[in-house]
Amino acid sequence: MHIIVPIKQVPETSNVKMDPVSGTMLRTGVETVVNPLDLYALESAFRLKEQHGGVGTITVITMGPPQAVKVLKEALAMGCDQAYLISDKAFAGSDTWATSYVLSRAIMELGAYDLIIAGERATDGDTGQVGPGIAAWLDIPAVTYAAAIESTDAGFVSCSRMVEEGYQQVAVQLPAVITVVKEIGAVRLPTLRGKIRSRSAEIPLIDAGKLSAHKPLWGLSKSPTRVVKIEQTTVKREGKTVVVDEHTPAEAAADSFMEFLAEKHIILGDRHA
Amino acid sequence: MHDIWALAEQHEGVIKQVSFELLHRGRLLADSLGVRLVSLVIGHSVSSASLDELIARGADEVLVLDDERVSDFVCETFSNILVRLVREHRPHTVIAAATSTGRTLMPHAAIKIGTGLTADCTELRIEEGTGNLLQTRPAIGGNIMATIKTPHHRPQMATVRPKSMLPLPRDASRKGSRVNIELHLEDIDERVKVQGYRRDPSGANPVEEADIVAAGGRGLKKGENFTLIQELADELGAAVGASRDAVDRGWIGYAHQIGLSGKTISPKLYIGAGISGSVQHLAGIKTAENIISINSDPHAPIHQIADLSIVGDLFTVIPIVIRKLRQKNREVR
Repeated sequence: MHIIVPIKQVPETSNVKMDPVSGTMLRTGVETVVNPLDLYALESAFRLKEQHGGVGTITVITMGPPQAVKVLKEALAMGCDQAYLISDKAFAGSDTWATSYVLSRAIMELGAYDLIIAGERATDGDTGQVGPGIAAWLDIPAVTYAAAIESTDAGFVSCSRMVEEGYQQVAVQLPAVITVVKEIGAVRLPTLRGKIRSRSAEIPLIDAGKLSAHKPLWGLSKSPTRVVKIEQTTVKREGKTVVVDEHTPAEAAADSFMEFLAEKHIILGDRHA
Repeated sequence: MHDIWALAEQHEGVIKQVSFELLHRGRLLADSLGVRLVSLVIGHSVSSASLDELIARGADEVLVLDDERVSDFVCETFSNILVRLVREHRPHTVIAAATSTGRTLMPHAAIKIGTGLTADCTELRIEEGTGNLLQTRPAIGGNIMATIKTPHHRPQMATVRPKSMLPLPRDASRKGSRVNIELHLEDIDERVKVQGYRRDPSGANPVEEADIVAAGGRGLKKGENFTLIQELADELGAAVGASRDAVDRGWIGYAHQIGLSGKTISPKLYIGAGISGSVQHLAGIKTAENIISINSDPHAPIHQIADLSIVGDLFTVIPIVIRKLRQKNREVR
């Protein structure tokens, strides 16, 4: 079984502080990490390979600047078998349409595969569009929001999709793209052996030249969407504070709660609306 | 030609509330361009009353593909239908709700059509002179608002964050037409088969669709104490949410997780109890209309963005709130 896992490097946010005045994220000196949701994609791939008695290959790929090698090394340390960096100045400025195209063409250069497993979305762009986009470009099925993946008959997997109504159970023919959510399971840590191996691992580059057999539908100029304005958000909140202490009993705090609901015309007992 | 299209979603024949919200968005766009608003429904056994409701809530025309073979969402099949209809009718803009369906179908179809798509918009308007759709969305954890357009490709496509606009009031006097569409055999993709549904055992009220969300975090100290949040939610008619901490501790399922690696919500009221308010969690609630925080730590970041901050012990305050709500609910009934 050959599983390809496309991952993305995103800014590390767990230690980020908020600017108390503007209410925005302080991003100076922010490190990059593997997109947290992509870790679940990697984990799913490892588990599927284990279900197959450890037989198979897991290929991790990322599209980004040369520094993105760092997240590939991390994925190798966790247990991926090989990694490719997809990087070229010509790819810069690609939107989700162009990015999914580049990824799909790079995947075509990797030979036969059974599954492409991706995170449901990246925590920075937050679009969730690249997974289904890759499937569309490759003309293979897309199963999104998978909370569980199980190999069933040869050539099929069954997935449980987390949707608004609960879970939708589907069977999908391979090859397919599956995007996963956190419920897939706890993510494993890199092993020491993996870390040592990843340090010396060779990571081949896929640049525009390697994709010369395909139409160059990448970069800003080929991207259908354009960002025309970026604004910092300012959070305008009333900011009323009630402190429960020796002067203010909890009862008074609860009263403030009730008054707030009344002021905002929040209707109670409207549970079946 | 050049109409605004809004995709309506259904489950088991019932049109979802988000689809009515979406019609309001579509109505504003159609009116500013002076074109028609078309609602596209793909499903099975959608009642005639539901279809009339789409007109009463703003649609000028309802395109209906009703067939047993499309009763459940399958990305490829729905995409084949949407792409075929878009090529045939050439709408100006296609919008869908940023639900699990919208966020799967739209990126797939946008690739096939060869046009741009903007995810999870909270504001849409038409640029004067060009007719370009200005699509505004929160990005980088809600810290910036990016405005995006698709200048050279048509149709323009966007998904819209649920709860970011109320539906139009029902107007039974509105007139509109209904057009039935046939399913083509080649629309059906046999590679994906839907086998059934399983309900979320911890509650059928999804956080992203709720008007009020009551969420708990580490301050609850143990999983059993989520019953307190559930009781509060029951009195408010609210959905139960959770911080990542609470989910990681196994106190509640991932479907309830709010924040950067969970769900982004825009309820009328969000209540965070025993949640400190990490950057990631706050990213998920920035577009909530009102925020109440209950946390004994006066320095908890969640207090900084709350409209009402209660600095106090949640185990003392919430039971009193529940009591008052019960009293109030009894008065109402």
